[in-house]
Amino acid sequence: MSILVNKNTRLLVQGITGQEGLFHTEKMVSYGTNVVAGVTPGKGGEWVLNGKIPVFDSVNIARNATGANATIIFVPARFAADAMFEAADAAMELIICISEGVPVSDMMRVRNFLDQKGVRLVGPNCPGLLTPGEAKVGIIPGNITIPGNIGVVSRSGTLTYEVLYALKNLGLGVSTCVGIGGDPINGTNFIDTLEMFQEDPDTEKIVLIGEIGGTDEEQAAEYITKNVTKPIAGFIAGLSAPPGKRMGHAGAIVQGGTGLAEDKIKALEAAGVKIAQHPEEIPSLL
Amino acid sequence: MKLHEYYSKRIFGEYGIPIPPGELAKTPAEAQKIAKKIGYPVVVKSQVLVGGRGKAGGIRVAKTAPEVKQHAEDILALTIKGLPVRMVLVDQAADIKTEIYLGITNDRSARKPVIMASAAGGVDIEEVAHSTPEKIIKRHIDPLMGLQSYQSRDLAAGIDLPREQWREFGKIALGLWKAYIGSDATLAEINPLVITGSGDLLAVDGKMVLDDNALFRHADLEELRDLDVDQEAEIRAREHGLSFIKLDGDIGCMVNGAGLAMTTMDIIKLFGGEPANFLDIGGGASADKVAAALEIILSDSNVKAILFNIFGGITRCDLVAKGILEALSEVKTDVPMVVRLVGTNAAEGRQLLKNANMETADTLAEAAKMAVKAARG
Repeated sequence: MSILVNKNTRLLVQGITGQEGLFHTEKMVSYGTNVVAGVTPGKGGEWVLNGKIPVFDSVNIARNATGANATIIFVPARFAADAMFEAADAAMELIICISEGVPVSDMMRVRNFLDQKGVRLVGPNCPGLLTPGEAKVGIIPGNITIPGNIGVVSRSGTLTYEVLYALKNLGLGVSTCVGIGGDPINGTNFIDTLEMFQEDPDTEKIVLIGEIGGTDEEQAAEYITKNVTKPIAGFIAGLSAPPGKRMGHAGAIVQGGTGLAEDKIKALEAAGVKIAQHPEEIPSLL
Repeated sequence: MKLHEYYSKRIFGEYGIPIPPGELAKTPAEAQKIAKKIGYPVVVKSQVLVGGRGKAGGIRVAKTAPEVKQHAEDILALTIKGLPVRMVLVDQAADIKTEIYLGITNDRSARKPVIMASAAGGVDIEEVAHSTPEKIIKRHIDPLMGLQSYQSRDLAAGIDLPREQWREFGKIALGLWKAYIGSDATLAEINPLVITGSGDLLAVDGKMVLDDNALFRHADLEELRDLDVDQEAEIRAREHGLSFIKLDGDIGCMVNGAGLAMTTMDIIKLFGGEPANFLDIGGGASADKVAAALEIILSDSNVKAILFNIFGGITRCDLVAKGILEALSEVKTDVPMVVRLVGTNAAEGRQLLKNANMETADTLAEAAKMAVKAARG
């Protein structure tokens, strides 16, 4: 088992005819993900990947035609809010938004609308999800990890790949890797993911990778103390980051004394999480 | 992106918030002309994007034409917290009876905007929030519904605003909300919002911070970007689509991915070094991006060593190595470099670099130690 995505995932790709959308669809399909259709407004009726995958004009039409139950969004940031609204309105159960640079005001509206609809969102500005051996829904390289019993959740991209690869080199595999993204306002957060990992019988250990900005890690620490019994190892990036500067990710900023790496590390350690000094230490802490 | 006071207030004015009459001057003569037009006394206010302008002597009241000239001359010669004063706002001086605070920002953990009011206006609101949080009244705004009138009344009552001002306060709060949403701001703040001797409300100082990700909707505002607040290297990096932040250390970092870039800085520090920058070159690490990034890093004369930390996932490490070698053939330098490649085809990539006499490392810890040693010469 795993969380969020598996071999039963029937995936739509919004923005499938764009450069990134098409590139990553090919990677997802060759990994074995069941990509059932794509959506690009105005290109309904076309086919991509040598006639293997049909393109529809809207999520609603695509869902009715294919029975898709999840959608991944590769559209440019300025169109991402519309794509998420459309997916939620078409009753997709799970939306993964890869797009980077979505305005905060858009995300506040999207998140509030999705909460009312009861739709789960992962991202935006995230690498997506990977359940090794079953489904790759996003841009996490498929060859850097193997199936196993470690659940990984992270706000970062390549930093997560580092950890996956380090685990693989020691023969350690992953149940599901969840990239929740680096934006200040996103969908699924640490707590949501920890709850799923705690309930997933095939996840025995958890890796949590956080970074400066916001208080998600502190809230996760509180949740862990009360609800998580599985062992957790973690890493927090940004101990050396100066305050007031956005470190690449829109959400990675220390502001008004909140969001400090030290505070997050302290909170997580108090909750029993073993914090690595650098990411290569993580496997030895599990 | 931060907006200057004069422009923030201009936006507030467009949304019906009362602001004092005033205009922008770049010379003392212009300042005198404006003062004559709006009438004395006036306030001459430096327009720089830092706090503490008043304490630095950047805000002064003038009652006569010679005073305006003198103040404008003095202020335009100032450098406040490293930023040169290039313009002053000449505002009609307000008859201030009471100062209050009104602001809207994003509450990350609530995932909603929050409107805040305080009877303790005119001072640093973060200080108030820290020492006397009970003096700030907050209401979250549903982003799908917008600010409601009852919420403004709650704020007015909460800060003990006299009832005769509630209506006007409500109009200002609604105007601020519309300015915030209409400009895609992450902060819109009136501090202080004053009650004048005649009982009117007036926004005498204003501040807006815009969401960089939403500037595509506000091309007119993007043009107002004050380049003084950014390092030159940061501006150049932005032009190349690189995410770069200058730091004070001597080890340059070139990394793909923001989280990994921060981690690389952290580990340099962990092993006793100091990072010279944050730099995320993005996914593929192509030769042209690496070359542009190298030039930016090397423009900092403090840099004594450079650490490359590249994870090759979808882009194979051997291709990344070729990109680095190609970039190095364009950008000549004697600064020692340590390259750490990890991921797909890492061994092949490292071999290519070794053949070109570059220092390579297998692990991040090892790479950081080598870079720290190289920087110490």
